[in-house]
Amino acid sequence: MTKVLVVDDEPNIVLSLEFLMQQAGFEVMTAEDGETALTRVAETRPDLVLLDISLPGIGGFDVLERLRADPDLARLPVIMLTAHGREVEREKGLALGADDYVTKPFSTRELVERVKALLGEAGQEGAS
Amino acid sequence: MSWRSEATVLAVAFGYLALLFLIAAWGDRRAERGRSIIGSPTIYALSIAVYCTAWTFYGSVGRAAETGPSFLLIYLGPTLAMLLAPFVTRKMVRIARAQRLTSIADFISARYGKSTGLGALVALIALVGITPYIALQLKAITLSHAVLVDYPEATGGTLENAPFWADKSFWVALVLAVFIILFGTRHLDASERHEGMVAAIAFESLVKLTAFLAVGAFTVFVLYRGPGELFARVAETPALLEVLGLAAVPGGALGWVGTLALAFLAFLGLPRQFQVMVVENVDERHITRAAWLFPLYLLAINLFVMPIALAGLLGDAGGNPDGFVLTLPLGTGAEGLPLLVFIGGLSAATGMMIVETIALSTMVSNQLVMPLLLRARLLPRGGQGALAGWVLGVRRLAILAILLLGYGYHALVGDAYSLVTIGLVSFAAAAQFTPALLIGLYWRGANRMGAGLGLTAGFVLWAWTLLIPGFAQSGWLDAGFLTQGPFGIEWLRPYALFGLEGWDIYTHALLWSLVANVGLLVGVSLFTRQSSLEQTQAALFTEALHPRLDQASLGHAGHTPRGELRALLDRYLGAATTARVFAEEPDQDDRHPASPALVARGERALAGALGSASARVLIDSVVRGEALDLPALLSILDTTSETLEMNRRLEQKSRELERAGEALREANERLRELDRLKDEFVAMVSHELRTPLTSIRAFAEILRDHRDLPDDKREHFLEVVVRESQRLSRLIEEILDLARLESGRLTLHPERLDLAELARRGVEAMQRPLEERGITLEVAFEADAAPVIGDPDRLEQVVINLLDNAGKFADATAPRVRLTLARHKRGFRLAVEDNGAGIAEDERERVFEKFHQIQHQDDGAPRARPRGSGLGLPISRGIVAHLGGRLWVEDAPTLGGACLVMELPEAPDDDAAPPTPPTAPASPAAE
Amino acid sequence: MMPTRRKERLIALIILATLLFTPPLLLVTERLGPGALTLSVFLAWAAVIALAAWLLEGGRRE
Repeated sequence: MTKVLVVDDEPNIVLSLEFLMQQAGFEVMTAEDGETALTRVAETRPDLVLLDISLPGIGGFDVLERLRADPDLARLPVIMLTAHGREVEREKGLALGADDYVTKPFSTRELVERVKALLGEAGQEGAS
Repeated sequence: MSWRSEATVLAVAFGYLALLFLIAAWGDRRAERGRSIIGSPTIYALSIAVYCTAWTFYGSVGRAAETGPSFLLIYLGPTLAMLLAPFVTRKMVRIARAQRLTSIADFISARYGKSTGLGALVALIALVGITPYIALQLKAITLSHAVLVDYPEATGGTLENAPFWADKSFWVALVLAVFIILFGTRHLDASERHEGMVAAIAFESLVKLTAFLAVGAFTVFVLYRGPGELFARVAETPALLEVLGLAAVPGGALGWVGTLALAFLAFLGLPRQFQVMVVENVDERHITRAAWLFPLYLLAINLFVMPIALAGLLGDAGGNPDGFVLTLPLGTGAEGLPLLVFIGGLSAATGMMIVETIALSTMVSNQLVMPLLLRARLLPRGGQGALAGWVLGVRRLAILAILLLGYGYHALVGDAYSLVTIGLVSFAAAAQFTPALLIGLYWRGANRMGAGLGLTAGFVLWAWTLLIPGFAQSGWLDAGFLTQGPFGIEWLRPYALFGLEGWDIYTHALLWSLVANVGLLVGVSLFTRQSSLEQTQAALFTEALHPRLDQASLGHAGHTPRGELRALLDRYLGAATTARVFAEEPDQDDRHPASPALVARGERALAGALGSASARVLIDSVVRGEALDLPALLSILDTTSETLEMNRRLEQKSRELERAGEALREANERLRELDRLKDEFVAMVSHELRTPLTSIRAFAEILRDHRDLPDDKREHFLEVVVRESQRLSRLIEEILDLARLESGRLTLHPERLDLAELARRGVEAMQRPLEERGITLEVAFEADAAPVIGDPDRLEQVVINLLDNAGKFADATAPRVRLTLARHKRGFRLAVEDNGAGIAEDERERVFEKFHQIQHQDDGAPRARPRGSGLGLPISRGIVAHLGGRLWVEDAPTLGGACLVMELPEAPDDDAAPPTPPTAPASPAAE
Repeated sequence: MMPTRRKERLIALIILATLLFTPPLLLVTERLGPGALTLSVFLAWAAVIALAAWLLEGGRRE
């Protein structure tokens, strides 16, 4: 079963994302800060990470950087979530190797489609 | 051996004169080595004290004894003149230096177009007017010597029948002639300073002051036991009291003013004062010190005049009051002190004679003799430097002649006058120079014709009203001349000219001579023309203090072969001086025309030796062409003043611009900073708003897309939507509050309230929510009632905020929050503490920043950040500050975590009406 | 060059000194008794000198 890790410090947002991903048929893990997120990734090897940028402790960008630095995780699909609507951050995220970038508040349908699209590509790669 | 024996007195007197030679020689030696001893403002002030002559030394007491306080006028006038010195004398010094002027005659002649005639006129008036004054000094020496040696036998003070070689003052005059020739004519250039002489004069000023103070102190403290006793004795003698009042002053109040004016004008016009103040001035800055130091000297030397006069009159010391300073100590049998007094008088007399003779001899040689010789072509056609010797020779002869003239006057006429009379007559003559001098210094229009006629008229009237009556009084003329007028013409009576009767003779003479002098000077100047040279000189004099007017650089237009100029200078000044003049442009052919600057230097060198008028005549004899004319000079002045003005304005403008630029930069910086802060704030706000909005939208869409949700889940999700909506509106409310606080538009409704009651309400409201979060809330009220002025709703909001905030920061496992309320000085403190990790010292102010979120760490384990907008504390602080209180963070006293303390001032008494709310804009950062 | 303020103060002092040294004011002291005139002239004189010294010397450090 495809595993998705949801990382956000707002419990209600985590709750909604968890519900959405479960409904889309994924197994969902959650984390409320960067440190926990990295541990979860190492423990459970998710297929995709939904990563909020402003996290207490290690921030979202730092988490992304560390993931990309690890050869095993370099290709792990990551979708950045942010409440900052600034273009600069979007670019920074993409430059650091984020696969997609979603601004809060987001359309739930669109988010699910993007997740599926990313996983589809990854899945195909994984299948080949 | 008696101190008063003829031999001792002579030995001491001539020993003193020898000492003067030594001092002068030393001064000149030092000057030659470039280590001037007169380069001090104090020496300068002391040399000006040459003003105080034997007339002061002996005559002041005599005058005080006869005419009361009027003796002071002779010193108050110069005090006023000296206060003006920073303006007037400074200007004169500047001009005299630039044009190498050698005397007051030279100065006046130069001002009015380097007029030979005017210079000669001034020299002549000075000679006639001042010679009696020199005679006066000799008379004082003779008289004082006689008193000293002959006491107690009364001396008539005359040695008329004795041969002149038996008169000590004749020998004194001769010794002085030698001294003056030695130290006064060392340089051909009379505009050069006589340093040795000035040093000797300064020394003499000290000697006479010391001697006078000594006899004064002796009189007051030895003859009488202090001033108290002296004046007590005077009070017993009513006749003496009159001496102290204005009644004793000749001419009363009018005479007082007249004599004051006379002294003021004479001080500025006396040749010897011009010599020490202008010609011998080393440094312009010395004038500033002398402006008060010299008046102080005058004050000091006059301090004991009245006591000595009174003591003399009381003790009936007898004889001429002019001799009281000697007879008082002599009367007690003292011998040393009278000798000191004699030396003091000698120093006063010789000092005056030395300077006056130098000044007069320079005038006589440069303004009278040399121009005559030049005009009459009587000078030998000798070669190099041949004429330099002539000039010096003329000057030395003049010195001898002047002193002998003084002696002759003393021997023949002098006895008819008291010291004071001669002095004031001379003063009135010197005062005639001052209008031409002062008016010429400030009014460009004053011209040669006016000055010449004014001086002549003033001189004639002076002679008519003062000099000739003097001769009449001494029996040389019929006394009827005084009472009936010449040939019986009454309105020509010298002491009541044009029927003006009842005035004292000096005020009377001063009035008429000055009216004629100034009237003609101004009147004639207004109706006659100036020559071009006169115009130039007038402009140079009146504009002398013009900041950029460098007189030395003003050249002489025209063309003169250098050779001719060189030959001319060679003849009059000698090779050495000529070489110095040419030194600045040495390597040029003598057939080339001399540069204007060279011609000007040559003229100035000649002026120093011969006076400006003669120098002009000589230069004109070789220079073909015109001197710098007035339009050229004025254009220089105008250009420089315009340029100056322009520069000044430009500088001012650029300073203003700089300041404006600086202000703009700062404003821009502030704006940018504000912009940055605003951007940050907007970003923060948008972030904070998006967060609840995200949840709301997500759950709303979930509820829309998943209509088959189980009821409990649906309810849960709806609950989240509601809670997040509430959070959103709360947030918006807070942002608005903050905006109002920052712009100062937050409306509070302050009223008198009990903070204790309000805190209880807040605690009640928060009790349950905190309990739900497992937080233990403790409350301690140390004050039963806490009356403060505040907006109840806002304050409750603050209390709730503080409790809520503390709850978030309390320890995770066993959270405790404690609220205390206590009186503190003239206010109340409400403190809310928690048992959390506390806030680091440097973080404490930052918690009041907008959107500040403390990164909390418990034992290194990251923990979800506390929920909250980050606006609660800034808003709370803003509200508290608005109510006149403070809000800050400190260590929790009981629970060990952080403690937020709110302090509010106590409300005034019940009866008092609630104060109006503070109008100052409240900002959350303000404390 | 003298600063303008000092110039103005010095001129004011000269005017003051002239007033103190001349009759209208002098006649007032004359009435105070014998000797008062001489004493007052000396006091005014000393005051003027002190003021001038203060003005001219103090100004240098301005």
